[in-house]
Amino acid sequence: MRLLNQTKAGFLKGAALAAALLLGLAAPAAQAAEGGVAIPDARFQHDRMLGTFDRAALQRGFQVYKEVCAACHAAHLLSYRNLREIGLSEAEVTAIAAAYQIPDGPNDNGEMFERPGRPSDRFRRPFANDAAARAANNGALPPDFSVIVKARPGGGNYIHALLTGYEDPPPAGVTVMEGMHYNKYFPGHQIAMAPPLNSDGQVQYGDGTRATVDQMARDVTTFLAWASEPELETRRAMGIRIILFLIVMGGLTYAVKRKIWADVH
Amino acid sequence: MATGLHDSSFTNPVVRWIDQRMPVFTMMQKEYGTFPTPRNFNYFWNFGALAMINLMIMIATGIFLAMNYTAHTSMAFDSVERIMRDVNYGWLIRYVHMNGASMFFIVVLVHVWRGMFYGSYKKPRELLWILGVVIFLLMMATAFMGYVLPWGQMSFWGATVITNLFSAIPLVGNSIVTLLWGGFSVDNPTLNRFFSLHYLLPFVITGVVFLHVAALHITGSNNPLGIEPKGPQDTLPFHPYYTIKDSVGIVVYLIVFAFLVFFTPNYLGHPDNYIPANPLSTPAHIVPEWYFLPFYAVLRAVPNKLGGVLMMFGAIAVLFVLPWLDRSPVRSMRFRPIAKWAFLLWTVNFFVLMWAGGKPAEGLYVVISRLSTAYYFAYFLVILPLLGKIERPLPLPESISRAVLRGGGPLPGGAAAKPMEKA
Amino acid sequence: MAETLAPSTAPELGQTQGGGEHGPDQGTKRDFLKLVAGSFAAVGVGAIVWPFIHSMNPAKDVLALASTDVPLGHIAEGQAVTVMWRGKPVFVRHRTGAEITEAKAVPLAELRDPQPDGARVQREPWLVVLGVCTHLGCVPLGQKPTDARGDFGGWFCPCHGSHYDTSGRIRRGPAPSNLVVPDYAFTSDTQIRVG
Repeated sequence: MRLLNQTKAGFLKGAALAAALLLGLAAPAAQAAEGGVAIPDARFQHDRMLGTFDRAALQRGFQVYKEVCAACHAAHLLSYRNLREIGLSEAEVTAIAAAYQIPDGPNDNGEMFERPGRPSDRFRRPFANDAAARAANNGALPPDFSVIVKARPGGGNYIHALLTGYEDPPPAGVTVMEGMHYNKYFPGHQIAMAPPLNSDGQVQYGDGTRATVDQMARDVTTFLAWASEPELETRRAMGIRIILFLIVMGGLTYAVKRKIWADVH
Repeated sequence: MATGLHDSSFTNPVVRWIDQRMPVFTMMQKEYGTFPTPRNFNYFWNFGALAMINLMIMIATGIFLAMNYTAHTSMAFDSVERIMRDVNYGWLIRYVHMNGASMFFIVVLVHVWRGMFYGSYKKPRELLWILGVVIFLLMMATAFMGYVLPWGQMSFWGATVITNLFSAIPLVGNSIVTLLWGGFSVDNPTLNRFFSLHYLLPFVITGVVFLHVAALHITGSNNPLGIEPKGPQDTLPFHPYYTIKDSVGIVVYLIVFAFLVFFTPNYLGHPDNYIPANPLSTPAHIVPEWYFLPFYAVLRAVPNKLGGVLMMFGAIAVLFVLPWLDRSPVRSMRFRPIAKWAFLLWTVNFFVLMWAGGKPAEGLYVVISRLSTAYYFAYFLVILPLLGKIERPLPLPESISRAVLRGGGPLPGGAAAKPMEKA
Repeated sequence: MAETLAPSTAPELGQTQGGGEHGPDQGTKRDFLKLVAGSFAAVGVGAIVWPFIHSMNPAKDVLALASTDVPLGHIAEGQAVTVMWRGKPVFVRHRTGAEITEAKAVPLAELRDPQPDGARVQREPWLVVLGVCTHLGCVPLGQKPTDARGDFGGWFCPCHGSHYDTSGRIRRGPAPSNLVVPDYAFTSDTQIRVG
């Protein structure tokens, strides 16, 4: 069956080539992780191939975001209604939304006004625009958090590392500029943001979890990972089903192929 | 039969009625049913069909994405994220489209590689090959413009850098760049025209694919032995033999595709493209999409602006004349002991270029890029023409069926012993 | 020419697609396999069509679209306001006593789409209807005091001449049914929330 051997060899070659192609692509991804220290793996359960989000961590993380980060960081692609997906009830979501004053208008007199938020509203932005955000933050622009985990090499591991990577005083021999802070994982190591999570118990968790700095960093990172990829769980669940289907389909197709080719060999 | 009607061999009355007036069924039967196809294809011959499927997937997903995309600098980024979050199955359609671009290049690169290894570009298939290179160029243009549409940082700076390539043209370069931009920088007019062209070009590609297939069905397919079929014993009807074999390949391809889409959808992308475009700040390391990296490496290997641009375009242009650079009468590298290794080295070298294109343009990387670029061109311009003269190929098998069936096949009937020559 | 290469194992040309009827000994097994594989493929294609179609249905943000608050205080008797809700006009009319009497007096038997006025109004004198003609979607006239209100004192659709009465019910013309009453609720005595 030389033909069979040939085709097998050909197929293997093809597979090897495809694999090599894909590996070649690791180049940009790996290179992007450059810029200093290796980022430790925080081992988030949602970073596993088939992992899902930890619902309790998501809700705690939202609390950290709301009470700490949201003072400066917008997440303008999120709506309050999205919080249903992290396990909050409709009443809770409505109450959370109603606690914010959302700019709306113009009214019949042509004036803008503020009204209590509704679940369909986008998260309220802390600043009216980027210029206002810079003005309030010594010229530094706090980035929007809607897709931050997708937008950083290293993803959630990087966010977690950054939040726990402050060192004060900085290592010997490093001069930190006025108004900057030393962070082991920030590219260039000098970050304008003061340590946002700075003391245990900064946030009072309702579920009794001890709010250590690391715990808060993990929780808020989990929340931000969900904010970046709210489709992640659906996507993986669908992926498993589709790939299983395709494997069966592949077996059947190959069997038919063998049958059809049987009289040629 | 009434005059003017096609002589249809179909018996189903509806099919027959249509076929007599417009013989599409006869054509399909001839081109995809009974079409005599060499019996010895390996799985590399799947990749043409895979590319066709991939093109259809890209057009289908693209049409549905366009229903929800907004081509405006202030809304493009958010409209893409709205597709990801709010549009029903929007994330699926976008991730298929996004990874579909990468799959398309993987499939087409393998297809091109197969053509180079088995000498599919040689007479009589030169035009077939040239049409293929045209498709490849159109794909690159389409992919580049598509990458601009989400209006992230890499979109913006990729568009800026690539359009600026044209400024290397003497005298009129800057005017051309202004024309491409529709302004004095990459801005809203640029985004709008890129969207328009990104939607148009796939249909142009479809047209050229038709020509590519039409040309293929005149010459017939090449095969792993690179010798022409000498008679019926060397071929099989396309259906069911190759429709089913292609189906096997399609399912395997879909599994790889599905894995990318569902489990590592952003692996082949760059995180910076999830940062909205900012014309005031270039990301620290800008890299093009992976499929442009080899050519990007060629560009950066040359220390002269115009020279780099010319070399980069030359890296593709050289493919157009490949049929006339390789003078060896033997097609398949299986029977070319020296060229085979030169080509496999060229393949490795292509990956080296890809790797170097993703590295910063400094130090050792530049040296490696230059050596790789040199070999890339040397293969086409020196090695192949030279080997055509000095290489002694291995003896070719007498016929496909002989080689395949170890002499067990039926002998070529009567006069059909000399190679087929086609216009 | 290609014909000279006619494949050795080709099925007879006359028979259309379906080829592969070779080897009668294995015919049934192969046919069964083909059937199963074919069904699988059909299911797969069918399943992948749905996401595309469903992507054209209203997106989540559209479905969650905000409700609209309408203050009623400034609408004088006999006047009406038009507000936008889900991209469509909503008519809020402060009906006069005469209009209410007229609306209640109509015998149901006279109506094309029989509905008592009481079933269309939550709290007098406010009538709230979608300002979309049930014929082909034009916006009927009758909101401004100067507008033609048709023969029944309600609304008149200029596109194809449908007449609506003071309860927004279809009385004459091509429209098949009454103006739709949207979901709304009184959030206070002087404000309603539509949606």
